[in-house]
Formats: sequence, C-alpha cells, structure tokens
Amino acid sequence: MTTLLLSVQNINKRFGGLQALSEVGLQIAPGQIYGLIGPNGAGKTTFFNVITGLYTPDSGTFILDGKPYQPTAVHEVAKAGIARTFQNIRLFGDMTALENVMVGRHVRTKAGIFAAVFRTASVKREEAEIEDMAHDLLEYVGIGQYAHYTARNLSYGHQRRLEIARALATEPKLLALDEPAAGMNATEKVELRALLDKVRQDGRTILLIEHDVKLVMGLCDRMTVLDYGKVIAQGLPQDVQNDPAVIEAYLGTPAH
Amino acid sequence: MTNPSEVSATASKAAAANASGATAANSPSLAPVNKKWLAIAGFVAIALLAPFIAQTFGGNYWVRILDFALLYIMLALGLNIVVGFAGLLDLGYIAFYAVGAYLMALLSSPHLTTQFAELAQLFPGGMHLGFWWVLLIAGPVAALFGVLLGAPTLKLRGDYLAIVTLGFGEIIRIFLNNLDRPVNITNGPKGINAIDPVVFFGIDLSRPQELLGVALSPGLMYYYLIMVLVIGVVIISLRLQRSRIGRAWVAIREDETAAKAMGINTRNVKLLAFAMGATFGGISGVVFGAFQAFVSPESFVLWESIYVLAIVVLGGMGHIPGVILGGILLVGFQEFLRELAEPVQKMLFGQVYIDAEVLRQLLFGLALVVVMLYRPSGIWPAPRREDRPVTRTRSHTSRLEGGA
Repeated sequence: MTTLLLSVQNINKRFGGLQALSEVGLQIAPGQIYGLIGPNGAGKTTFFNVITGLYTPDSGTFILDGKPYQPTAVHEVAKAGIARTFQNIRLFGDMTALENVMVGRHVRTKAGIFAAVFRTASVKREEAEIEDMAHDLLEYVGIGQYAHYTARNLSYGHQRRLEIARALATEPKLLALDEPAAGMNATEKVELRALLDKVRQDGRTILLIEHDVKLVMGLCDRMTVLDYGKVIAQGLPQDVQNDPAVIEAYLGTPAH
Repeated sequence: MTNPSEVSATASKAAAANASGATAANSPSLAPVNKKWLAIAGFVAIALLAPFIAQTFGGNYWVRILDFALLYIMLALGLNIVVGFAGLLDLGYIAFYAVGAYLMALLSSPHLTTQFAELAQLFPGGMHLGFWWVLLIAGPVAALFGVLLGAPTLKLRGDYLAIVTLGFGEIIRIFLNNLDRPVNITNGPKGINAIDPVVFFGIDLSRPQELLGVALSPGLMYYYLIMVLVIGVVIISLRLQRSRIGRAWVAIREDETAAKAMGINTRNVKLLAFAMGATFGGISGVVFGAFQAFVSPESFVLWESIYVLAIVVLGGMGHIPGVILGGILLVGFQEFLRELAEPVQKMLFGQVYIDAEVLRQLLFGLALVVVMLYRPSGIWPAPRREDRPVTRTRSHTSRLEGGA
C-alpha cells in the first residue's frame, strides 16, 4: 500500500451562519488525478481556498506527503508543495510567457539581493537553470514557440497552458487546478485533457476542481462530490456517476 | 527568422546616441552585438563631453543644470524600483532624499557642535565626518526609513497607498521644519549651511582645480562624481531587474494574489523594494547636501516628489533607459523654459504676460496630459519583441521527468 500524498480529514469551515464545509475529508494517492465536483455553491472553492491557505479552517487535519501541513500564509503553500491555477486566469499580464514561468521558480531558488547585484557565479548558474527549465516547461505544455510573447497577448487556451506551466515550475507535489476547462471550446478541452493525462503519466498528482462533469469522468482516477458543504459521494468515477445522491444533487429529486 | 534579433532595439538606442547611430546604420555588415556596443560607446562619449559642451556654450550655470539633471535621474532610478518595478505608487519619495541630505548636513557641518556643548567637547574641530562616510551610512539609514514607510502600508494598494506615502513625505518635511525647538536639531526653516564639500583624495571639489592644464570648475567635477554614482545605480538596477528579486517585484505589480500563490513572500519582497528605492534616494540626498553646501526643508516639498514621479512615468515606467531620457527631458525642458519664457514673450508682445514659473507649471501639466493620452506607457517604454527567435541558454535537460 502506497502512502497517501494528501490526506485531509474532518475539515470544518463556517462563515457566520453558513456552514460552508462540514466534516469534509479526502485521500489522494500519488500519481492520481483526483476530481472534486459539485453543483454551484457546494463548497468546492471554499475547500480549495482552505487547502491553498487562503482560508484557515475551523478544524481539521492535513497530512501532505507524510508530514503535517498547516498553511498559515498563502506563500508557504507553494513552498510546501501545492501549486495552484486560478478559475479566472491570473497571469502576470505584462511579462512574457517565459518570465511568467521563471517567476514560478522563485520558491525553489534562493538568490538574494546582494547575490543579484554582484552576479556571483552561482547566481549566473542559477539564472541559466531557471531560464532553461522555463523553456522546457513551455515546450512541455506545448507553447514553446510563444516564449517571448507577452502573456496577455496569448490566446485563452494558451494562457491556461501557461498557468499550468507556471504552477509546474514550482515543482509541486500536488497540482491544484481550479476549473481549468472553464470557458474552453471543445477542441481546447480535448487538448487540455491530453495535457493533464501527460502530467499524470510523468508522475505528478493533480487535484481537479471542475464543473465539466464529462471531462472529470473521463480523466479522474478518484473523485469526491460535494453538496452543501458535505461529501455526498466518493470513489471511482463510474460508481459516483450512478450514486443516487449525486444524481439528486445535480438533477433534483424526481417528481412523485 | 534570420533577422538579427538585436537590430530593432539597437536602432532606437543608436538614435539616442546620434553620433554612433549614423555609423551603425551605414555598416550593415557589423554584427548586432557590435552595433549595440557602438551605440553605448557613442552614448558614453556624449555623456562624458556634455559638461564641457555646456560650459563652452552656456557657462557654469548650465553645468550646474547638468549636475541637477543627473541628480534627478538618480532619484528617478530609485523611485523606478518602487513604482516601475514593484508597482507601488509612492508620492512621498522625496522624504528619502531629505533623509540623505540632512544626514550629510548634520554629520558634516558645524551646526550640531554649535548647538550642543557636549558634542563640541567631543569634537573640538566640529563634526566633519565627510562625504564618503556619510554616503556609506546614508544607504542603510535611508533603507531603514524605507522599511518604516513600507511596513504600515503593506496591505494598501493604489490610491490608498499613494495617500499614505504622500503623508509620510509631508511628515518628514514638517519634522525637519519644526525640529528647531525645544532643542535645535535641524535649524528649522532656516536650514543648515556650511556643509562640507566632497573631498576626493585631497581634492576639494567645491574649488576650481586644474588638471593637465585644463581648468575644472566645481560643477564639472561634481558632474563626473554624480555620473559615476548614476552608472552604479544603473548597473544595480539592471542586475536587480534581471534577477529573481526583480521578477518577483514585477510579479507583485502585475498580480499580487498570483504572486503569493507562486510562493513569493510579498511582504518581504515589497519591503525590499521600498528599502532599495529609499537607499538610492538617500544617496542622492547626500550628494545634494554636499553639492549645495546648504539644505532646508523647502527643497523637499510635495512638488519635488511629483516631479520625480513625472520623470519615471513620462520616461517609461520600469524601463531604465526611458527613465534616464525622462530625467534629461524634464530637467532640460524646465531650464529652457526658464531661459526663454520671458525673452520670447517680450519679443512677441513687448511685455511679459505670464511669469516664467507659472508658464513652466502650466506647460509641464500640459505635457503630462499629452504624453498620457498618446503614449500611456511613457516616451520610451520597454520594447516588446515577440518575433524574437526562441533561443536556449543550454541544451535540453530532463529535469521534468519523475514528479516531485
């Protein structure tokens, strides 16, 4: 039995009178694509924000890669090994695609201000490595030829890919994608699926939050369905798909 | 794809350094790198000869103007780190200039020893720490003030940040203006005079000197001193810009939330920007104090902050050559107007209708509006060359395989 990459147990989060998450838990094994779905307002984004340190949960435990994980500041999350993308793409618009990915290396490099000013040999080496890896990642997600394009001038699909490349640059243990297919057309979705498949094959673990049930069903190894802040189903996609509670949550109760 | 990648950038640089620009354009066989160096060499030649040209045609007054142009360029380069790179709008930047200038004034003039008997006993010859020591101290002290301003404003953005920084600038000035009672530290609005000049290997830069038969005026010597400092600031700025820290600054400017999600400790990185910018401001202030031999709070009013900000914004935020051009244009423009406003009016209408100072501010505002309308990213913004071929620094590596 392999150790879990991320184990989350008994997460509770309350906003005033609203219990946004109650006793939510999930286990992600390494190398999986894990889907998190649910209707609007189910608590997906709240859960995502808890995992990525934006919200502090009222209670609950996290274990990331065998170590307890308690994000207290957003910037520590990437360091701990969780990189995220955003539902509404948030690139560094005025930087080139290459520079965007290079920023992703920030957390795994260490040149300080004095080293940068004196341009020591180790800084030069580090810079060359950063640039090289950024090129690699752009090629990896299939936009290598746009390295010098300003990020905001890239097409929508390419911006999504760039965001994934930037997240991969932090060498994450877990890549958390917040609705990566939002706003994509059918072709772009097929391409995205192929890319995520490739990322999984290279041994990375993905947490996928998605509206598009079709994409999730075809791609995920395991999944969790949330509704009103509670886990209503968990397991293999085909089991979840036929779960009456899930059908009810998505389609409503049948008329009598 | 065969098009030499550097040509377009070099062309604009060459245009600025017109002497070498012609040479570069006439010799297409030269490699792009050579053209770039030619342009730089031309620029350096002009920069080195400028004070001699100014002295020959305009006298010492114009050399002093060049000195001030360089000082403002140095200030603007410092502010460029805060505003241009990190995107933190700072309207109180001149406070750091004041910190540097007053540090020079207090530590290298007779003021403190005439006010405090205990100090006079300690330093019977007066406090004369000298320019170089103050320069060394001023960097860290100004950086500390930068952090002092930065720390409470970390969560503020845009307009709110601008208002707080504006307040900070005014607080420093008002302190300087009023710290003459109950104990006289800054001598209040009267200012501090008799500040020691820069002494460089026994050469007093405030007195005319002679070198190999060439007469060197104080303005001329200060010009080269400030030039060296400006070059230092430019090199540091360029290196920071192309570093991990520089990218983090720009990332914060572009999207602070995304920058945090990428693991950038935005608090520390922002404080670093404030500290760096303040350091350059403080150093400029030390030079200002030594050069003028007199400082008073009047030199550090809000208008000065806005003037430096205008240099950065007009020239091209975040683009170092643009900021330098902005400094030259604005200081030059101001002086030309001061020289010409009244004679031209007299010539045209027989009398002076608008005071030169009023006209200057009027046209200054107009120029700002026009530039913002037609060139919103400045006169010389950072070039975008998306057709640049993708070149790799090293051969393919396979660090990507195999997960975490």
